[in-house]
Amino acid sequence: MTLQELRAMREAGKKAMDRRIIEDKTIEIVVGMGTCGIAAGAKETLDAFIEELASKDIKNAVIKQTGCMGFCHSEPTVAIHMNGMPDIIYGNVNAETARQIVHSHILEKRLVDKHVFDRPAKDIVKEN
Amino acid sequence: MHRSLGDFLMDLFQNAVEAGATQIRVEVRQDSSRLHLVVTDNGKGMTPEELRRAQDPFYTDGRKHPDRKVGLGLPLVIQTLEGTGGEFALESRPGEGTKVRAVFNLEHWDTPPEGDWSVVFTQVMAWPGSHDVELVRAWGEGKDHGYQVSRQDLVEAVGSFEDVEALMLLKEYFRSQESMEDGK
Repeated sequence: MTLQELRAMREAGKKAMDRRIIEDKTIEIVVGMGTCGIAAGAKETLDAFIEELASKDIKNAVIKQTGCMGFCHSEPTVAIHMNGMPDIIYGNVNAETARQIVHSHILEKRLVDKHVFDRPAKDIVKEN
Repeated sequence: MHRSLGDFLMDLFQNAVEAGATQIRVEVRQDSSRLHLVVTDNGKGMTPEELRRAQDPFYTDGRKHPDRKVGLGLPLVIQTLEGTGGEFALESRPGEGTKVRAVFNLEHWDTPPEGDWSVVFTQVMAWPGSHDVELVRAWGEGKDHGYQVSRQDLVEAVGSFEDVEALMLLKEYFRSQESMEDGK
């Protein structure tokens, strides 16, 4: 695939999006990608979020990477910030748990209890 | 311990971003027995003393995490290379930048697997910040074949890297580029 082809695919996607009602990006997913997170598999976690959000056609989410959130013992850690749900840091989030978070937390607005770890630090997720 | 060679690249790359670099060059070159990772940045650089300390797992400058007592990024790379017949080199000058070179021995039993480079490169490019990244990928004993792309080119092509659709396209792009290896 060339850059021109990539650009064309993006443009085609944008046009398709324009035809739909575009919601604001109301879901923020932040994956801790410090040394500790990477060692615990955060790359696979982040990739699983991208794949699962795409497969569920969820358009109103942004995915960000950040460094260590300070919870090295519970990596990979993921902060979720979205309307209608409390701010949450999930711990020990492998790829399977990431898919579970998309299904339960984001789509059904139910916490994934076994992985709830903490509220995010204020410097990780900005208040609206 | 890191699970793949791509994990090491993520770590080295983040060091460059955290050093305040605006230009980062990432080279990933491999032949049948060696994989070369070279990360060069124009960040703040290090003094000889800082360079020495950066390789000590029980030292951190405390700026990122004031209560932290360890800094494991470079030491993990060095430990892996020392145990597997690899090579490591670190050059840095204050105010000019840093160059890290890690050569992994792909024939050693304990060298981690490469991992999925299309995922790694997607995440490298999507790392937040206003820096530019030049990725140089090559296969072969010399630079027989490969590709080169900049973060700026990709931003212009797909827009925001926080958008799921753009991230999927980015991964697809790198997957197609990576399939050039051995004419796959």
